[in-house]
Amino acid sequence: MSGEKKTQKELTDEEMKKFIEFVESMKKSMGLPMVPDIKTGVALWVDQRELNVRFVIGVERLKPFFNGLADGKVLATKCKICGEIYFPPQVDCPKCRKSDVEWIELSKEGTLVTYTQINVKPYSFSHYDDYIVGIGKLPEGVNVTAWVRESDPKKLKVGMKIRLEVVKREPEGYYVYEWVPVE
Amino acid sequence: MRNVAIVGTGHSKFGVRNDVSMSELAWEAIKEALDEAGLEQKDIEYFIVSNTGGWSSEPLPAVVIGEYSKLVPKGTVRVEAACASGSAAVKLAYDMVASGHVDIAMAIGIEKMNESPTPIVVEFIGRAGNYFWEFENFGLTFPGYYALHATAYMSKYGATEEDLCKVAVKNHYYGARNPKAQFQREITVEKCMSSRYIAWPLKLYDCCPITDGAAAVILAGEEKAKELTDSPIWIAGIGSASGTSNMSKRGTFSSLEAAVVAAKMAYKEAKINPDNPVKYIDVANVHDCFTIAELMAYEDLGFAKRGEAVDWIRNDQTYIGGKIPVNVDGGLKAKGHPIGATGEGMIAELTRQLLSRVEKDRQAPIKNGYALAHNIGGTGHYAYVTILSLSKPMR
Ligand SMILES: [Zn+2]
Repeated sequence: MSGEKKTQKELTDEEMKKFIEFVESMKKSMGLPMVPDIKTGVALWVDQRELNVRFVIGVERLKPFFNGLADGKVLATKCKICGEIYFPPQVDCPKCRKSDVEWIELSKEGTLVTYTQINVKPYSFSHYDDYIVGIGKLPEGVNVTAWVRESDPKKLKVGMKIRLEVVKREPEGYYVYEWVPVE
Repeated sequence: MRNVAIVGTGHSKFGVRNDVSMSELAWEAIKEALDEAGLEQKDIEYFIVSNTGGWSSEPLPAVVIGEYSKLVPKGTVRVEAACASGSAAVKLAYDMVASGHVDIAMAIGIEKMNESPTPIVVEFIGRAGNYFWEFENFGLTFPGYYALHATAYMSKYGATEEDLCKVAVKNHYYGARNPKAQFQREITVEKCMSSRYIAWPLKLYDCCPITDGAAAVILAGEEKAKELTDSPIWIAGIGSASGTSNMSKRGTFSSLEAAVVAAKMAYKEAKINPDNPVKYIDVANVHDCFTIAELMAYEDLGFAKRGEAVDWIRNDQTYIGGKIPVNVDGGLKAKGHPIGATGEGMIAELTRQLLSRVEKDRQAPIKNGYALAHNIGGTGHYAYVTILSLSKPMR
């Protein structure tokens, strides 16, 4: 993260703080959370209830995948009956209607299928610098979506060799996989 | 199945509509559609509300709008097919009327996106795909998903960022002639090229805006339609398809496979030769949420051959006077993209095009009497292709 430049999150938070201070001052004088729209002057009611959402997601059957990440491996599932490989992993094979899969380690070397750099970021990603997301193809025939370790999209090329690595995502501090250009 | 016609349309002004509440905005379109059809609320037997929401305060928009517009106690449901919710609502209304279950049904699209600040809206749309495997760790955005397609398409066919900008220039040209459009000013390729990156290689002017808007369409069975109007617009065919939630599971990034499937279905139903649809269709609205999406649409719909959309846009083939006029209302790009209302907005616009009722300088010449709406939800997650016709379909 760059030290001198403010992140998109800092800028958004500052803007929101200023807006809320404005709402509070209007509320004090009028007794209502009502403010004029900055551009048109029409009256806006500013919600007095705030909703914070953080989901809790069941991953019990995918525990081998997450344990694999902790060991530096990216795992997929393979149906023992029809041989279909699933990534993202799933333990049900809807083809066979059975749930008899084995966990296999995916190859590390792949090719870049396509990529983009996210410049305008979602709020929950706005503390990061601009990041590159790529889709890579592995010899097993599955594609993997992940960040690409590069800051300039012009240095990447469709079809170039890339390698899958498990890294710790900071500042959150949790394991995730990432593409690394090898050329 | 019986024939179904559009007997009334309503279309609000699209844009930042902080001047109205969700109900007031919906009512603008509902009132216009009822007036146009010469119907009262009691005549509407069922109403379907398309809305994606999340960014707006009302979680049950169908009942909120139903009460405000005096449509209660008629049956209703809210439908979601992301940005194609509106076409999904029209399809469901069509199915209800075609089956004979009701004689008159209404599809109402509404989206109030500006109730949340932009970074939160970016967050909501970015989560729409596969939240756990593609958003949670990698923070893709809606422009990002389409940028993945732009990179692949440009690499495969040699299209440039300037080519993409030409789509924006065309759609702003027509937006400038549409009083309902969010952006009513023309832009140049230079202006588009100098705008900042949103999701490389897509820039600000490659992207549709965040829009509030409402649109409504009233459908009636053949007998009822003939009683109500002497200028019904018939639904000649509807195709629908879905794509994988994970982008990683797609077989190609230079096309939206779901759109290809939906188009084939719609052409078959409308008895249009899929090898040369341009011969039949007078005007089309395609889902240009991003400029790259419009180029892929030309090819997915079979208007242009694979890789040829670039030549089409370079040679103005989708302006009025070209091979086929596309998005002559400004498209999502300039008219705006109120997610859940975009589908009804396209169908209302095309109905008026077929009736030669739009502003003169953006009216397509109507020769064969067919119009096509291509409405995509998410990034090829949902696809709906709806074909309208001036003459009654032969069943
Ligand atoms: Zn199997």
